[in-house]
Amino acid sequence: MIEFHNVVKRFRRHEVLKGVDLTIERGHRVALVGSNGAGKTTLIRCLLGEYTCEGSVTVDALAPREHRRAVLSKVGFVPQLPPPLKMPVGQLIRFAASVCDSDPQRMTDVATRLGLDTERFRHQPFVKLSGGQKQKLLISIALGRDSELLVMDEPAANLDPEARHIFFSLLAEKKDEAAMIISSHRLDEVASLVNRVIEMDQGRVVLDDRVADLVELSSRLHCRIRLIRPEAPFAKAIQEWGFKGSVDGREWSGQVAGPDRLRFLGVLSRYAALLSSIDMREAETAKDYEAVVNE
Amino acid sequence: MKHLWLTAYADIVESLRARWFMVYTLVFGGLVVVLFAYGLAESRIMGFTGLSRLLLTYIQISMAILPVFVLITTVRSVAGDREAGVFEYLLSLPISLAAWFWGKIFGRFLVVFLPVLLAMVGAVIWGTIKGVNVPWDLFIYYTGLLMALAWCFLGIGMLISTLARSSDVAQGAAFVVWLTLLLFLDLILLGILIQEQLPAETAVAIALVNPMQVFRTATMMLFDPQLVLLGPSAYVILDTFGQKGYIAYALLYPILVGTACAALGFLHFRRSDLP
Repeated sequence: MIEFHNVVKRFRRHEVLKGVDLTIERGHRVALVGSNGAGKTTLIRCLLGEYTCEGSVTVDALAPREHRRAVLSKVGFVPQLPPPLKMPVGQLIRFAASVCDSDPQRMTDVATRLGLDTERFRHQPFVKLSGGQKQKLLISIALGRDSELLVMDEPAANLDPEARHIFFSLLAEKKDEAAMIISSHRLDEVASLVNRVIEMDQGRVVLDDRVADLVELSSRLHCRIRLIRPEAPFAKAIQEWGFKGSVDGREWSGQVAGPDRLRFLGVLSRYAALLSSIDMREAETAKDYEAVVNE
Repeated sequence: MKHLWLTAYADIVESLRARWFMVYTLVFGGLVVVLFAYGLAESRIMGFTGLSRLLLTYIQISMAILPVFVLITTVRSVAGDREAGVFEYLLSLPISLAAWFWGKIFGRFLVVFLPVLLAMVGAVIWGTIKGVNVPWDLFIYYTGLLMALAWCFLGIGMLISTLARSSDVAQGAAFVVWLTLLLFLDLILLGILIQEQLPAETAVAIALVNPMQVFRTATMMLFDPQLVLLGPSAYVILDTFGQKGYIAYALLYPILVGTACAALGFLHFRRSDLP
C-alpha cells in the first residue's frame, strides 16, 4: 500500500532523512518510534505530500504530492499538536466532512463515542477546547470517514482511560481494512496497539520488526491491587485510571484497556514498594468481572 | 470550486475571530467617526465640502495605512498559521493546493476590504441622515481604487508569506516593502530625486510603477484635474494618458500587480514544502 523508496529529505545542508526504504501493507499497524530529531515527523510529512523529497513515496502507486486529492481522501491524520484553529467546532466538522466527502454525522457519532458532546461545543472555537477535547475531535474527524490509512502522532496522549479504551476499540474496527502508522517517542505508549515496530534514528530506519499481535485492541483487563499501606500519591495516580478504593485505601479495583496494560504497569512500577498483590484478568463481560472481584 | 469557496469561508471565519481584524475594523470605522466628530463634513477646502471633503480626507489617510495594515496582517497570519501547525493539519485534508491558496486569498480580500468599504458606506448613511448631498461618482470611484489597492497589497503579502519561512522574517520583509514604496512617493524621495536632476523618464517610470503613487495621483485627479499639487511627473502622466486613460490605468495596474504577485506566490507555494 505505502512505498518509501530511497527517500532523502534535506533542509538546506542538513539531511534529515537519509535514504529511507519501507513498505507498509494494509493490516499493518506500525509503531514509528525514535527520539526527537530522528525523522519521524519529516517522514510523515513526506507521506502526506506536505514536504518535497528525493526518491519516491507512493500510496497505492500514487504520489501524494501529484495526486493530493486521490491519496489524501484515503488518509486520516491526527497531529501531535492540535492546530490553533479559531473556527467553531461545528464549522470545523462541516469543513472537514465536506472536503473529505463524508457525512458530518459520522464524525459527530465518533466524537460522542469518545465522550465529546459536539452539540454542546458547536459554537465554541476549536482553540478554546481542552487538550483532551481537541484530541477527541481530531480523532473523530480522522476516523469518521472512509480512511484506508491512519497516520497518528501520539494520538492517545491527552485522552482519559475510558476514552483511550474507546479509541482502541475504534482502531480495532479498522484494523483489517486500513494500515496504521502511530508515531511516538516511547514504544511502551503504543506497543500493545501495533504488530510492527519501526525505529528511526538520525534519519535512518534502524529497526523494522514484527511483533506478536496477541492483544485484542478492544479487550479490557479487570484489575485488583492491594497495598501494604494507604498512600495519597498512589491514590491520586490510580484514581486517574478510574479505579475505586476501599474505605481504608489499601485495596483498589478497576478496569484497564487491553492495549494500555504496559503503560498501566509502568505507572504501578513507580509504586512497586507499596504493592502487596496485583491481580489482572482479561474477561469478556461485566459478569466475569464481578466474579473476579468477588473471588 | 467547492473547495475554493469552503477555504475562503473558513478563512473569513478564522479572520473574523482574530484580534487583528478587530483592530483593523476599529481603525477604519474610528477614522470616519473622528472625521465626522471634527466637523470635517462641514468644513470647506478648495471648493470641496460635505461628504466629498470627508471622503477625500478618508482616502488620503487610507493610502497611508491600508497597505501596511494589509501587508502586516496577511504575512503575520499566513506565516503564523504555518508556524503554528495550521497548514500541517488543514493541508492533510484532501483539498487541492490551488483551491487552498486562492480560496485563502479571496476570503482574505473580503475581510480586508469590507471594513474599509463599510466605513465609507457608514459615512454615506450618516451624511444622508444629516441631509448632506452624496457624491455617488466619487464614492464609486474611490471604492474601485480602494479595492484595487487592497488586492495589490494582498497579493504582495501572499508572495512574501510564501517566500519567508518564519513570521518574523515575513513581517520584516513586508515592512521594508511598504517603507520603500512610501519613500518613492512624489512628496518624499521622488521629489528629491527630481531636484537632483533625475531624468524625467525615470521619475515618471517610478511614479507609474509604485502602486501607492498611482493610487495617490488617481485620488487627486478628481479635485485637482491639472495635478498642480503633484510634482513634475504628474504633467508627463497627464500628457501621456489623459484623465480617463489614467483612471483606467490606476484601477487596472494595482490589480495586475496583486494578481501577478499572488500567482508567483502560488507557483512557489506549489513547489515548496507546505508546512
